[in-house]
Amino acid sequence: MKTSAFMDFVRKFYVYIVLFIMYAPILLLIVFSFTDTKLVGSWNGFSLRLYLSLARNREIVTAAINTFVVAFSSAAVSTVLGTLGAIGIFYSGRRSKAVMEGIGQIPIMNAEIVTALSLTILFVFFGIRFNFLTLLVGHVVLTIPFVVLSVRPKLVQMDPNIYEAALDLGATPNKALMRVIMPEVLPGVFSGFILSVTLSLDDYIITAFTRDTAYQTLSTYVYGVTSKKGALPPSLRALTTVITLLALVVLLIANRRGKSAAKKPRHK
Amino acid sequence: MQKNKSLHFQRKYLSIPYMVFMVLFVVVPLMLIIAYAVTDKTGMPSAENLISFFSDSNNINTLIISLFIGLGNTALCLLVGYPAAYFLAKKNLGFTMATVLLFVMPMWINFVLRTAATRDLLFWLGLNGGDHPYITTMIGMVYNYLPFTILPLYTTMIKMDQSQIEASYDLGATPAQTFLKIILPMTMPGIVSAATMVFMPTMSSYVISDVMGERKISLIGNSIQLYFDQGLWHMGSLVALIMLVMIVIGSFATRNIKTEDDARGGLW
Repeated sequence: MKTSAFMDFVRKFYVYIVLFIMYAPILLLIVFSFTDTKLVGSWNGFSLRLYLSLARNREIVTAAINTFVVAFSSAAVSTVLGTLGAIGIFYSGRRSKAVMEGIGQIPIMNAEIVTALSLTILFVFFGIRFNFLTLLVGHVVLTIPFVVLSVRPKLVQMDPNIYEAALDLGATPNKALMRVIMPEVLPGVFSGFILSVTLSLDDYIITAFTRDTAYQTLSTYVYGVTSKKGALPPSLRALTTVITLLALVVLLIANRRGKSAAKKPRHK
Repeated sequence: MQKNKSLHFQRKYLSIPYMVFMVLFVVVPLMLIIAYAVTDKTGMPSAENLISFFSDSNNINTLIISLFIGLGNTALCLLVGYPAAYFLAKKNLGFTMATVLLFVMPMWINFVLRTAATRDLLFWLGLNGGDHPYITTMIGMVYNYLPFTILPLYTTMIKMDQSQIEASYDLGATPAQTFLKIILPMTMPGIVSAATMVFMPTMSSYVISDVMGERKISLIGNSIQLYFDQGLWHMGSLVALIMLVMIVIGSFATRNIKTEDDARGGLW
């Protein structure tokens, strides 16, 4: 049994090594965000100057704000449309259910760049000018299938009789929906929302194709400076630290929430 | 039941806004792509786009390079990700949801920023994208797509029937036999989901090859983006249609394997 304990150690070590390698680029940026040098790799003594220059850099701050605005507004739209969609699809007849689920699969299966180009052509074809709304639509298309996919399992797990029971007890369908179905699917709605925000924050291609070119998000800004062989602007190292900290906070909250949710008994 | 009908409310109607959105922004744009791909600038049906695309040997090279990079990245991601997901899902190792979430968290730091950070890290380690564009591009691809490989694999693996594995050992199978005959077939849905989440996106992600390979490698995504920049919608649509056909072939080839379609949705 000694060998099996050793193997377990090796297995754990492997997972942590993969994690470490995955985080190495981010860690590098974070470490060198506390020194005032042009390139990562050279240390010039501890300094918070990059954080100051980050706060003063209008372009980056605007791009960061824009990124969050797009992420949260598109996630909100996706969550509402997607949740209602998932409930509606769940209670539809077999045929229309299959068609609707098939259509919902398209943006997942499709390469992102094809989705992006198809939306661009749609807007060009109908003579719509690229603005915040076209960008929003792009991000909703990107994220909405994942809301539907997050909500559906909760509907499947739900006791089908409780809605009928609510109606029999005199609730209006609206009330039954809000008071009975919604609480049941809420965890799925929540994960759909977080997933939407995640995918939207991470996105570049759809953003690049559907935005008004004057509207910069972090990804378009960084792509603009780095794809032309330019080094990463030093203040972006400070920004990486800020975003990582934010992400860690969210992760800790999600982990807490996950633990307390796991304690609750579940019915099938 | 009579009461229900008199209210003229049916839950399936809730999906109407979702479906209107999906038809407008998913189905119609795809129709437009197909229509644009098979017509010329005057709107007449023509094979002009197809002929001019395939008569340029650069385009054929791009297709072949994209295929190889796509396949290579899928293989590498599975090679690194499969054991990681397996160990994460192994109960006795004591990994929590938080560890799994750590694999997703880099997504909150925008992927262009992350890719630029990876480039800076490699540069710091002495690996220059200008001199070794293929190596740096592959590393950048694995970095970016590893989470998309690990998540679907993990979701399949935690549902694995452990007693089958134990039975296999009890009946005298070697670890290699158990892996090939029991574990691999059971995790096939996860493998297929992971492969579909990696292969096509890799071929179309021109951002990673641009940033990591310093624009020395051209992928299918680059072609689409180039046509997009020049406003050549018909040519762009043709390339998109080629990708669509590949996606359809891919999903047809794997239609018999039930994929883990809630792999991303089921995480939170």
